Amino acid sequence: MVHYRMRRAGLWLAAAIAMAGVATATVAQQDDAEKEIERYRAMINDPMANPGYLAVDRGEALWSSKRGARNVSLEACDLGEGPGKLDGAYAKLPRHFADADRVMDLEQRLIWCMQKLQELDTADVVKRRFGGPGVQSDMQDLVAFIANKSNGMKYQPQVSHPKEKEMLAVGEALFHRRAGVNDFSCTTCHGESGKRIRLQGLPNFSKAGKDAQETMGSWPTYRVSQSQLRTMQHRLWDCYRQMRHPIPEYGSDGITALTVYMVNMGAGGEITVPSIKR
Amino acid sequence: MMKTLAFTAALLLSSPALAQAPAGADPATVNRYVESMWAKVSDEWKARVKQDETQALCSEVRNNPSQAQFDAIVAREKLTVVFPADGKVLGDWKAGEKVANTGTGGQFSDTAETYKGGNCYACHQMAPKEVSYGTLGPSLTGYGKLKSFAPEEAKAAYAKIYNAQGVMACSQMPRFGHNRFLSEQQMKDVTAYLFDPESPVNK
Repeated sequence: MVHYRMRRAGLWLAAAIAMAGVATATVAQQDDAEKEIERYRAMINDPMANPGYLAVDRGEALWSSKRGARNVSLEACDLGEGPGKLDGAYAKLPRHFADADRVMDLEQRLIWCMQKLQELDTADVVKRRFGGPGVQSDMQDLVAFIANKSNGMKYQPQVSHPKEKEMLAVGEALFHRRAGVNDFSCTTCHGESGKRIRLQGLPNFSKAGKDAQETMGSWPTYRVSQSQLRTMQHRLWDCYRQMRHPIPEYGSDGITALTVYMVNMGAGGEITVPSIKR
Repeated sequence: MMKTLAFTAALLLSSPALAQAPAGADPATVNRYVESMWAKVSDEWKARVKQDETQALCSEVRNNPSQAQFDAIVAREKLTVVFPADGKVLGDWKAGEKVANTGTGGQFSDTAETYKGGNCYACHQMAPKEVSYGTLGPSLTGYGKLKSFAPEEAKAAYAKIYNAQGVMACSQMPRFGHNRFLSEQQMKDVTAYLFDPESPVNK
């Protein structure tokens, strides 16, 4: 009896060791993959080698270029901190602008300044909103330049004006709004911590904190896989593509509402941009 | 409830000037934003962002339905499941592997001809040999074997793929059959990928 028990225990032990071996091998494989991705991230995260800074330089030149019917630069454009004041402006966007009586993100505000100050026909600028092969985007360059002027600062979401409050409430609702052929909402991927799609880690945007702070603090970013500096407008456009939703209108209030929601979740996140990502 | 609390707390923390959190946006206001965001797309695409009753309710309750809402959704969604006419829910597991591994189709960057995949691996672990899997859904490794390859379990899996909310109200899983995203053959093939003893899922 004792012998039988011992043999049975031995078999169980052997099985347990074998199973643990399989589990360890899988975990080790997974760890290796994650370490490799981490190593790649560290390798590309070098500001001196970040092509996103070329966009910053182009943006700086564009900011002071005289354009439009009035042949003036954007230097008198008020991004919320006063005409031409760029330091820290991005950290407080989106926000309400009294002259337009609208809540605007940086891209909406730049278009507004182009139209009102420069009297520039923005159709071409909007057409080139997302850069690609043979297409240089003024918007991407300007956002890179202006956002970079908030480096080292923390996101300070603006929610005192009633229209800012409305944007935040709508953004939260849109974040949870399920629709389409896959029943997806933003929460499908970004509603829980520590989840991933395939091997891609997913930031949790359903609550305030580290995930949202780190993500918002690193946009705009240079996407190595796309060879482009990308803004949050592009990121949300791409999210809706993957959600099997229709193309969201560039600079529409829905995108701004989502951005308002996300900067509120990322409040206090330190801005270090342009970052560089996969 | 927890999410609501966390959100309220976040609002309060992020703005000391804010005495109280604003009430949730009213549906008419949200719809106004939705309409303007997609004002210029075709009617066919506009129809995609119109919510059905279940999508609207799950959004409203943040995927946490009350028991009564849960039961009503399950009862309603279960009725939509159409099984293959010959009652056979097992197709070809090799074709099912392709469905499980493919994430294309249905995006505005795709064409009408783009192959539509189920993209199961985006969210689920399946065959142990595939290490690139997501974790939004539970692991399905060894699923058929765990269910003893029972025919009624295969039928239940087919129904779940067809309409996940006929089992679990407000499930995050797409209603692949109900939404006409996957064909009957594709759903049979995926079911076979889960239930065929020769499928790598069960190896």
